[in-house]
Amino acid sequence: MEKPFAITLDVDSSLANHTGSWRVERPKYVNLMPPCNNACPAGENVQNWLYIAEDGSYEQAWRALIVENPFPAIMGRVCYHPCESVCSRGTLDESVGINSVERFLGDLAIEKGWKITQPEERSGFRVLIIGAGPTGLSAAYHLRRLGHDVTVRDAAMQAGGMMRFGIPKYRLPREVLDAEIARIVEMGVHIQLGARVDNVQEAIDDNFDAVFLAVGAQIGKRAYIPAGAAARILDAVNVLHDVEDGQAPLLGRKVVVYGGGNTAIDVARTAKRLGADESMIVYRRTREKAPANDGEIQEAIEEGVVIKWLSTVKHADEGVLKIEKMALDADGFPQPTGEFEDLEADSLVLALGQEVDLSLISNFPDLEVRDGVVQVDSSMMTGRAGVFAGGDMVPAERTVTTGVGHGKKAARNIDAWLRHSVVDKREKPAVVQYEDLNPWYYSDAPHAVRPRLEGARRASNFDEVVKGLDESTALYEARRCMSCGNCFECDNCFGVCPDNAIIKLGPGKGFEINLDYCKGCGICVTECPSGSILMIPEKS
Amino acid sequence: MSVTATKFYQVGSFAIGNRLLPADQASIQADAERTNALTSGHRACQGCGEALGARYALDAAMRAADGKVIAVNATGCLEVFSTPYPESSWRIAWLHSLFGNAPAVATGISAALRAKGRTDIRVVGQGGDGATVDIGFGTLSGMFERNDDVLYICYDNEAYMNTGVQRSAATPPAARTSTTQAVGTDPGNVFGQGKNLPRIAMAHEIPYVATATVADLRDLEAKVTRAMQLRGARYLHVLVPCPLGWGSASCDTVRIARLATQSGLFPVFEAEKGEVTSSTKIRKQVGVEEYLKLQARYAHLFAPTRREDVIAQLQASADRNIARYGLLEPESNPEVN
Repeated sequence: MEKPFAITLDVDSSLANHTGSWRVERPKYVNLMPPCNNACPAGENVQNWLYIAEDGSYEQAWRALIVENPFPAIMGRVCYHPCESVCSRGTLDESVGINSVERFLGDLAIEKGWKITQPEERSGFRVLIIGAGPTGLSAAYHLRRLGHDVTVRDAAMQAGGMMRFGIPKYRLPREVLDAEIARIVEMGVHIQLGARVDNVQEAIDDNFDAVFLAVGAQIGKRAYIPAGAAARILDAVNVLHDVEDGQAPLLGRKVVVYGGGNTAIDVARTAKRLGADESMIVYRRTREKAPANDGEIQEAIEEGVVIKWLSTVKHADEGVLKIEKMALDADGFPQPTGEFEDLEADSLVLALGQEVDLSLISNFPDLEVRDGVVQVDSSMMTGRAGVFAGGDMVPAERTVTTGVGHGKKAARNIDAWLRHSVVDKREKPAVVQYEDLNPWYYSDAPHAVRPRLEGARRASNFDEVVKGLDESTALYEARRCMSCGNCFECDNCFGVCPDNAIIKLGPGKGFEINLDYCKGCGICVTECPSGSILMIPEKS
Repeated sequence: MSVTATKFYQVGSFAIGNRLLPADQASIQADAERTNALTSGHRACQGCGEALGARYALDAAMRAADGKVIAVNATGCLEVFSTPYPESSWRIAWLHSLFGNAPAVATGISAALRAKGRTDIRVVGQGGDGATVDIGFGTLSGMFERNDDVLYICYDNEAYMNTGVQRSAATPPAARTSTTQAVGTDPGNVFGQGKNLPRIAMAHEIPYVATATVADLRDLEAKVTRAMQLRGARYLHVLVPCPLGWGSASCDTVRIARLATQSGLFPVFEAEKGEVTSSTKIRKQVGVEEYLKLQARYAHLFAPTRREDVIAQLQASADRNIARYGLLEPESNPEVN
């Protein structure tokens, strides 16, 4: 070839040299399981909806979120966010405020009136769901999306279950609850209220193809406490239910709540709001051992609730309780010490856990009940084909989020069972560890704190305690996400390749490796902030 | 809560780009349309820091000069691996003459362009540390003292890598090379010799002297861009780790450069007319050991017996850099790592 004067080598002539043949390992873009997604009881793809929200595409982010969970505004208030406990950013500075961004998206959806897309397909199957709590409503939502005709029956006159009758409205305002339930009704789910199901068999015979039991656990556990005739002893579940019905019980000036779970905290805080001068929790173990969420405990203390750890109630009488001090033994169990004291109390509220009302299945064969809960297999199906169960009435952690997750899982399995197919179970990718990340590239950015009402001010009314984030703060918080195990297009791989072997495909499209030239050095893997590239051996 | 600026893109300015950054805030390397001055198919080793540094620097120079750049290359790895006859990886006007004369050739081209009235075309001279601090040092010093209009870039991998890892005057103390073997009572390269070329360049009081590494692309690009705004002799010294010569994993090239800066062993600064004008602060300080232990050329400091004395001497030189260039923020707290 003729070349211009003094030019001896053609531009791009080195491209003839395919250095990819040197390689023994190749980099591969992967999508790994971020710790947050892995920890979410409702199976949300947290990293994904944060990623979408990061450029301000809030509606798309919300739509991605509700693929897994129809209640972002509720979740953003009542979920104990196990995602944040495992967030990688927590190791770097502070966890991403996932819950607060979720609430922001949920509230924005209500404000803007975003609707759930109507299912196009009609399967022709009819499914009955018993219980309109988080589990039942979640199942109804997912089954409806899958094209089924869904009927939900509940004994109460309002839907929501424990979200309405268990969680006080200072934590979950009813407008929010109503709005998110209304969206499900708009999808064409039939909710029948005041429709207690006493006999499951009769309900099934009403021409349903499958049944999902989700009645929850709403009978307060009783403990035998010797008591005088005039002692006022109430049950926590009933107290919260009556408050919701506008029939707050008389608790008196000094209220003692017995128990260490979230219900105990809710009742103690509610008692304060009903006007009690003193609201005290008595619990036999320590704060560390208490099942209640620590954030809730903290909020209760801020509101003036007094907590007496390592104490049991031995005797109740009119206006006075006898308390025994406990001590933890070597195994961490509380043991009586024989030390007693008297405590003034106008009423004692028992919050010792809840049991499942099993009366509706009392004469229903094939269902196995163990430890007071219904046993189900890995597809959430009971011993009776076509009858599924979930939520608090099966063995599980009893939280709203777990219930929502059960509802989704049951819905997918009910769908598969009805269609004689199997649930598409993709192999779960490996969970990202902090060591897989390259935190150098993340600049320091502390967590944005949600504003809260002052403890003293909030304890006197039922106004919502924790406020939401405004748009700019929510955006900031979303952008703190480190995108563990999933590419967020930071261009590092494209930049650091000494061989120009990364092809940038453009916004939203990610990158490709040009294997003709990639020598397999692995710099892109080391310098990937989010651990989204792995080296894999070449086939020999 | 303190007021938080919401213009926060996940990785701040430490990553090369981000899908959310407007184009004018992204780095040049993040641009899919970058020059790719040194393109694929070159024969540098896996994980070559020099190939990376050269593309970073020249793409930035091309951007600053609107594509009108002539590069003059000294003999060395960069020249050999980029142009094995009849192939070339260069996508810019590029010229190679001899090992020792790149600054003189660059001077000549600069003079010719001035004579032709083509001062819009900019000249970049480049070479490895051998060509720069040893073999071409005389012509480089002449280029400096005449203040010829050339940006000279040294890609420093701290030895003659292409010919088999022989010591250069830029080889650091204690490092093992094929000519400073890890034997005897003072293994590796000796202390107290060698040349600190950025400081020698500063002594010429030329308009601009700067150091950079392949670990901080934005810093490197900013310095090339700054240098291209000036006329006269300018010098950029870029640390480019060499997996082969340093005995490091090919995937660790950028990480090692980063540790060199974060330990203080390689100070990153810029100077104008002989005075230091700024230094890049250490963000997450590490001891020199973090840097040394990733490299086989320092393996003799850790086995068979650990040479506390030598490690301490290297730490002392890092500490001297930190003090001399003010590499730590006064308020920085080493515990916040």
